[in-house]
Amino acid sequence: MSEIAEKVKAIIIDKLGVEASEVTPEASFTNDLGADSLDTVELIMEFEKEFNVSIPDDQAENIGTVGQAISYLEEHAK
Amino acid sequence: MAFRRVVVTGLGAITPLGSTVPAYWEGLRTGVSGAAPITRFDASKFKTRFACEVKNYNPDDYFDRKEGRKMDLFTQFAVIASDEAIQDAGLLEGVNKDRVGVIWGSGIGGLKTFQDESFNFAKGDGTPRYNPFFIPKMIADSSSGNISIKNGFRGPNFVTTSACASSSDAIVAAYNYIRLGMADAVVTGGSEAAITEAGVGGFNALKAMSERNDDALTASRPYDKERDGFVLGEGAGALVLEAYEHAQARGAKIYAEIIGGGLSSDAYHITAPDPTGEGVVLVMQNALRDAGIKPEDVDYINTHGTSTPLGDGAEIKAIQKVFGEHAYNLNISSTKSMTGHLLGGAGGIEAVASILAIQHGVIPPTINHSTDDPELDARLNFTFNAAQTREVNVAMSNTFGFGGHNTSVVFRRFQE
Repeated sequence: MSEIAEKVKAIIIDKLGVEASEVTPEASFTNDLGADSLDTVELIMEFEKEFNVSIPDDQAENIGTVGQAISYLEEHAK
Repeated sequence: MAFRRVVVTGLGAITPLGSTVPAYWEGLRTGVSGAAPITRFDASKFKTRFACEVKNYNPDDYFDRKEGRKMDLFTQFAVIASDEAIQDAGLLEGVNKDRVGVIWGSGIGGLKTFQDESFNFAKGDGTPRYNPFFIPKMIADSSSGNISIKNGFRGPNFVTTSACASSSDAIVAAYNYIRLGMADAVVTGGSEAAITEAGVGGFNALKAMSERNDDALTASRPYDKERDGFVLGEGAGALVLEAYEHAQARGAKIYAEIIGGGLSSDAYHITAPDPTGEGVVLVMQNALRDAGIKPEDVDYINTHGTSTPLGDGAEIKAIQKVFGEHAYNLNISSTKSMTGHLLGGAGGIEAVASILAIQHGVIPPTINHSTDDPELDARLNFTFNAAQTREVNVAMSNTFGFGGHNTSVVFRRFQE
């Protein structure tokens, strides 16, 4: 697993209070990991801070699973 | 329309003296001081470096991490104390939750949350990075909101804000809603958590707080000649108020009856008490009238008594005006001498103290007294330094807040 993927998983585990085993690439923040809309906004902000990127709202809407977050950040992280 | 009778069927408390009702009462009864050096932040540069904190507090003992992170400390205290009261009253089973409300008091709301988010913004380059939970954590009504969400209570739900009278106003509002038939039970009381840089610095700037850093344990000394200001406290006190017929029908235990609430305003100054005490006279008269009792019926007054030079004297003069000769028969005590001043949470924990005084027949003391104040009538019984045994039929709880808000609540031993 890439360093970015490790960090993304760690943020999700911390913010959503879930077990590492639940954080699979297919896991949806809202359907599988118990996030509400505010949790999702907070996750995106944490990704921005950790990876020093700015994620526009229209792109943030497409980040709904662990795998989508990892691939977006692997592509855009500086 | 006849008003319904309203009784107290549950109690909860998390306080500087103890984190449950029995632990709180044990501290009150034995006269323990809750003051100690501040641990919540580095206070070394502050004029006041001590406070009455809730001891050994760890949110993980009460909340899972995700849940706790979304609540300011004042809301955590609200949920903890109300949980105790709700379980005590057995309010989760066999009641129509559409008829159960939550009316909570907080003078400030999420001060730490506001402070931390503002610090965070100020440290950045001007780009806003506010946490999405900032506003819902900070707003004062997140306390009553979280209590209702956790328990499914869908009745009337709001927060009262009147500085240090906030939770007494919540209790009176809860009493009114139930006696008017708009709810069958209401979880009420109040909480505060203002022991932060902004809270201590702000009250220091007002010159309202004791600066007795070399003797923190005895700094809160209401009615002592050497008193020099209040000691900041934190925590929550909770009551379940319930329509008598509703409590009776489900066989609930009854601690006491709430029989009156009085409200008034000084209309004088935003922080200073009116030295004539007229607003305070008015509030106690209003409470007695609402309760339909005579001054002679009152046994115990749990006073506002914050240990400030001006406020303590004004309240005592007002008591003498309202109660006349009977003032000498009263037990008067300020439990703030032990708990410190919980601001918007004060009325909650002091209502709990007043009800427990009725239940146990014990008046909790005004501790830390060493020097009589010649301005105060020495014939009054301030319950100095040690608890006194006394059958209490009627207890009055007074709270007054910045803004000139005055509130008195009257509880009576329950009789069929």
